Amino acid sequence: MAATEQRDSRRAVHPERSEGSRLRRRRVVGSARVSALLAGLVGSLLAGTGARAADLPEDRAEVLFHSYTGGGVNAFGPALLVRKNVADRFSLAGTYYVDAVSNASIDVVTQASKYHEVRSEYGLSGDYVYRDSQITLGATTSREPDYTASALSIDLVQEVFGGMTTVSLGFTRGSDTVGKKNSPEFHDVAKHWQYRFGLTQILTPRVIASMNVEALADDGFLGSPYRAARAFGTFVPERNPRTRSARAVKFRVIGDLGSRDSLHADYRYYRDTWEIQAHTAEIGYSRHFGDNYLADTFLRYYTQRHALFYSDNATTETLYLSRNRQLSSFDDVSLGAKLAYSLKKVPGKYEVKLNGAYEFVRYSFKDFTDVRTGGKYASNASVLQLFVTATY
Amino acid sequence: MICGRLPAVSAALAALALLTGCALPRMPTVEPWVKPYERERLADATMKFARDAQPEKHIEHVRIVREGARGATGVQGGGCGCN
Repeated sequence: MAATEQRDSRRAVHPERSEGSRLRRRRVVGSARVSALLAGLVGSLLAGTGARAADLPEDRAEVLFHSYTGGGVNAFGPALLVRKNVADRFSLAGTYYVDAVSNASIDVVTQASKYHEVRSEYGLSGDYVYRDSQITLGATTSREPDYTASALSIDLVQEVFGGMTTVSLGFTRGSDTVGKKNSPEFHDVAKHWQYRFGLTQILTPRVIASMNVEALADDGFLGSPYRAARAFGTFVPERNPRTRSARAVKFRVIGDLGSRDSLHADYRYYRDTWEIQAHTAEIGYSRHFGDNYLADTFLRYYTQRHALFYSDNATTETLYLSRNRQLSSFDDVSLGAKLAYSLKKVPGKYEVKLNGAYEFVRYSFKDFTDVRTGGKYASNASVLQLFVTATY
Repeated sequence: MICGRLPAVSAALAALALLTGCALPRMPTVEPWVKPYERERLADATMKFARDAQPEKHIEHVRIVREGARGATGVQGGGCGCN
């Protein structure tokens, strides 16, 4: 933005050298003042008002059963998390996540046959607190018969401004290998980079807001070796670019309503070099009922514009071509609810909660044809979660 | 020449201010306007952006696999399941 403004002001300047150099000097002195002002402000934010000592995440265990049913796909499985503090400075966490997938989606039933497969993911992370900073190192590895994925991440969180502001920075590097069942000659790789920045701000004693920004980059095989595109009415192998860069920004705000309840609103904007542009908006309400129940409800809307090389049925020759409906123009609407029940609580020692969550999703595709009916494809899905959490 | 050094000088001042936390002369200082004792409501479970790690991760995975957009959710995704 600053560079654009500078270019614009340069264009507006009369091309005489003396006038130009005077303006340049004024700009430099002005920028020096602005950076000094910002430096003083940031400096006072960071230290003048005192930074708080960061807290380690609380000791915790989660046991989850999850399920997704919709569009011919059933995916379910358990997930576990155990977190424990060590020597008051470290917190170690281990996770295990399973997706048992039975897939008879529209792609599968129109181009192949139904299949079953299991994906297992293991994760390990460590948090370290030093004064007012928290550093997290994490690693995950995931396996399914034709795909392995592993990732390393580092995140830094710092509370500043008397604990009113939390700044976070993060980086993840992922590496995948892609195979194809019954085709041992097929082998490819994909690499991923994610850069995150977050800012959470207490606005008033009842309102808190956050902003998250993320830059993502992918390189390698970024499609599916099974999926077909359609050109001139004939199915052909899809051809995706081997690079993709994306930017996303999300704003969130939560406000306390005064009766042990709150309202939250989120908005995310996303755009990438495949020309996908997406908007996500969510609004939700949370409320305590008595001492033991906590309920949440939300309504979410997502809409996206299709990728540049997406086509339902291409009628021209192009270098890249995909009929992946994830890259098409579509929107989905979700309505969800969650209920948590405090089963047993001993203040200062432990608490055990039983939780249930359900989400209904309606997907409506604008340029993806159901070849069985000739109409635009739409599907419903149900997402169910039953889980127990314990803090100790 | 002097002008050419100004950005470096201001950068050095900025770094010094960041390191020491000292406000430069006549710089405005901003005090935290919500005191720790006023944050009781903010600590309530209804005011948290995220509460349960694994369920949040599951929902994030469901969305990443089906929607074109990704990122900036504050939730660490993992694995693929893309096929």
